[in-house]
Amino acid sequence: MPKQILKMTVNSRAVEVAVAPNKTLSNVLRDELNLTGTKIGCDMGTCGCCTVEVNGKARLGCLTLALECQGAKITTVEGLNQTTMHPLQRAFAECGGSQCGYCTAGFVMKSYCVLHENPNPTREQWKEELAGNLCRCTGFVKIYDAVERAANELREKAPVKPTPVEVK
Amino acid sequence: MPIVRTSGLTRNNQQLNRGIPTGGDERAADSKAPTLTQEPPFNIIGQRMPLKDAFKKVTGEGVYTDDMKFPGMLYARILRSTEVHAKIKRIDTSKAEAMPGVRAVVTGKDAPNKFGVLPVSNDETAMAIDKVIYAGEPVAAVAADSEDIAAAAVWAIEVEYEPLQAFLKPKDSLKETTPELQLHDKVDKAFPKSNIHKAVDQEFGEVTTAFKEARSTPNGTFLFDGINHGFTEPHAVLAHWDADERIILYTPQQVPHYTHRALAKVLELPMHRINVVRTMVGGGFGGKSDPFPHEMIACLLAKRTRRPIKLTMDREETFLVNRGRHPSEIKVALAFDADGKLTGMDSDALIDGGSVGSFGVVSTYYNGVLSNGPYYLPAFRYHGKRVYSNRPASGAMRGHGSVNPRYATETLMDMAAVELGLDPCELRMRNFLPENCLTPFHKFRITSNGIREGLQEVMRLSDWKNKWGKMPYGRGIGVGCGFYISGSALPIHWNKLPQSTVHLKIDMDGGITVHSLAAEIGQGSDTVLAQCVAEVLGVNMDRIHVRSQETDLAPIDLGSYSSRVTFMAGNAARDAAEKIRADLAAAASKLTGQPAKYFDFTGEKVVCRSKPSVAVTFMEALHEAQAERGALIASGCYQAPPLGTEFKGSNAGLSPSYSFSAYICELEVDPETGFVQPLKIWAAHDCGRALNPLAVEGQLEGSIHMGLGQALTEQMRYRGGQLLNGNFLDYKIPTPFETPEMEIVIVESIDPEGPFGAKECGEGGLAPIIPAVGNAIYDAVGVRMYEVPMTPDRVLRAIEDKKRLGK
Repeated sequence: MPKQILKMTVNSRAVEVAVAPNKTLSNVLRDELNLTGTKIGCDMGTCGCCTVEVNGKARLGCLTLALECQGAKITTVEGLNQTTMHPLQRAFAECGGSQCGYCTAGFVMKSYCVLHENPNPTREQWKEELAGNLCRCTGFVKIYDAVERAANELREKAPVKPTPVEVK
Repeated sequence: MPIVRTSGLTRNNQQLNRGIPTGGDERAADSKAPTLTQEPPFNIIGQRMPLKDAFKKVTGEGVYTDDMKFPGMLYARILRSTEVHAKIKRIDTSKAEAMPGVRAVVTGKDAPNKFGVLPVSNDETAMAIDKVIYAGEPVAAVAADSEDIAAAAVWAIEVEYEPLQAFLKPKDSLKETTPELQLHDKVDKAFPKSNIHKAVDQEFGEVTTAFKEARSTPNGTFLFDGINHGFTEPHAVLAHWDADERIILYTPQQVPHYTHRALAKVLELPMHRINVVRTMVGGGFGGKSDPFPHEMIACLLAKRTRRPIKLTMDREETFLVNRGRHPSEIKVALAFDADGKLTGMDSDALIDGGSVGSFGVVSTYYNGVLSNGPYYLPAFRYHGKRVYSNRPASGAMRGHGSVNPRYATETLMDMAAVELGLDPCELRMRNFLPENCLTPFHKFRITSNGIREGLQEVMRLSDWKNKWGKMPYGRGIGVGCGFYISGSALPIHWNKLPQSTVHLKIDMDGGITVHSLAAEIGQGSDTVLAQCVAEVLGVNMDRIHVRSQETDLAPIDLGSYSSRVTFMAGNAARDAAEKIRADLAAAASKLTGQPAKYFDFTGEKVVCRSKPSVAVTFMEALHEAQAERGALIASGCYQAPPLGTEFKGSNAGLSPSYSFSAYICELEVDPETGFVQPLKIWAAHDCGRALNPLAVEGQLEGSIHMGLGQALTEQMRYRGGQLLNGNFLDYKIPTPFETPEMEIVIVESIDPEGPFGAKECGEGGLAPIIPAVGNAIYDAVGVRMYEVPMTPDRVLRAIEDKKRLGK
């Protein structure tokens, strides 16, 4: 299959790669861009290990053809750690949310995207959001601890909108 | 979270003394004198701390095998059998070999030497030779310039099969058959014309009398589907035959040492010309503890091409490699006297081993002997058979051999309680083994045992007394208990080597390198070793660097299976650190003039015990100790003490220590659909001392989640020997919705021989959840479940049968 040129912004860096049309986003990130933090657990959309952010939304790398991402802005787990570790990453490590670590990038990226939309999810909302990610080690308990801690931390850090004062 | 501390070995055993030998020369506590570092307060031990490699994992920096790339690397794919049982009439690889970009093709005849994890059943080859014995068995393999070419080339290989009668039901494998239809030339000696891999018969005590005199004799036949480990990282290996004529195999192995041995056999190379490098392991649970055909295949292709070979499997192939829990049919009867004391057990297990031996001899024993706890059992009969069949091989999986029989026993315990009018928890309390005892026949040496405290605590937390038998129809609560080994006391390969050896190296930079071959598989093995060393030397964790990857660098350790790392490798690490500590104490003595034996190691200082103002820093002591000597080096080791007794198979189940668990589960059953929704789990586990409570909780929560999968949804389904659900859509691992809240109770019984008092916590915590679920279903809707998993259709059928038959 003839390759086509794919231009994307990955982790704030412009990239240009020649890609065969049958390659998935996971393939290109891992094999062409050496971003191996994104894992392939099933390659059929059932485990969530390859979750990355595409234009602000969580997407499964294995179910996304790379050429669909022409011009897209992509963030992978490596992109969260460019200067300091992201609070989600630190929380996953410190709360025991990562054991074997293979699913971790997927959980971190999914949680990262969840927090764009809702900075303060309830436990029930977290369950729903993370239901597409499979973890065989933790029983999810320490993962909830991690995402809830990180969400709190991010809310505390977030710039506070000035509350309008009522003029009397 | 409550941490129940039990009283260690000080409590006397009178409350349960029923002739269990506890005194005189039978006394169990013949342990080593406690060392200085066994006693609290601790600096590092008992701290909740992140795993040592966690930051690499959360940032994506951690390297798993499939993440690796070498210059000139080729990609391999395996051609797998489409037939269940067949003769290979012809293999034609010429079309594949002629394809552009194909560099090598290998078949079974290229590596005829047999291997297997157990020396008693070396019955595997790298690829099938002359005959295939399951659908999915490797038949040939290709190395090519790209994965796409390799995949295409695999399909260009022509194989002609002549199908043979398949053995798909374990009962068929019991029958006499012809040599042509035997799956292996070596079968159990007592059944030379069958497909019976291993048969075990044990009888101790007055079993017949026990049943004759019993007041209650609950019994049942329980069926278990096979299940798979379901680790998230598919199998992947990378092999390189380098210019020095050595083979280097990168593999996510739980036991690099066994792979090392098997490679030597298959490749016909001395072990020193092989370097097995464990990469990060994306989940093991027993499923990465056999030496594997794909490891051999990658090495063969590397030898043929002299290029690095990467072989990554897809998810379906990973399921086909299997080695998961045996599909089993277990028939058990228990005998109880009028007081609810267990007086006998009669059990019969038929387990489906699938295509090869794997750990199966051990599994056959474990299915019986691991019923000799956590209850005192004065009469015991067990007939176990493991058969070969034309299915992907069963092997070791978390809780190896103990999980299915545990479900049977715990269900029958519950039935007895109902029959005798006792609370099921009370019935269990009446039967628990005490601490510091030997079991009557197998002489399992129970040292510390906190199960009683554990069960009391989960009863209290769950409000058991106000719930059991008292909730509305559809809602129920159930209990399950269990115990497990802390490392198998006898090695698979008989030799005089220690089971664990740890090397330490400290040079003038003050960094402490720990060399071990205990495999970090996500359970926290590296962290435990680092903690043991840091505690003994009184230093911070950041000084400790664990190198536990390669056989070239690490001393032999039997790896991460049978829940052995904390106990055995932890003790070896402590032993090595204590040698360094003696050197540093001598140096501190030289610097301060105080006697060497009176120094404490704490807060990166070496402090004189009687005069705390007299102290030197760790670095000062280190540099003094290094004078005229260089780096400090120490080797520590662990060897289990002599245990057990002498009869055939008496080694199975022996361990220097045992963990204990008591679980309670509350759930809801929808009587219209049979759907079971667990609501909350209270889980008490006696892990001796929790070296890192964060990791202990993680192990238990993970065990519960995995056990719930087996209890409710997970099953490997076949049609005509073909696996139907080798993917995560159809093989149903519980999602967050099926995973209830869990409350973990860590019971610290402080084991006399474990490192700082620790025992296992990675496997024993799985078994009790399944009967807790089953017993809660009974409490909810009044039906006993004899088939696991307890899927909605099975639960519904049981409810309807009960309505129809009125029983």
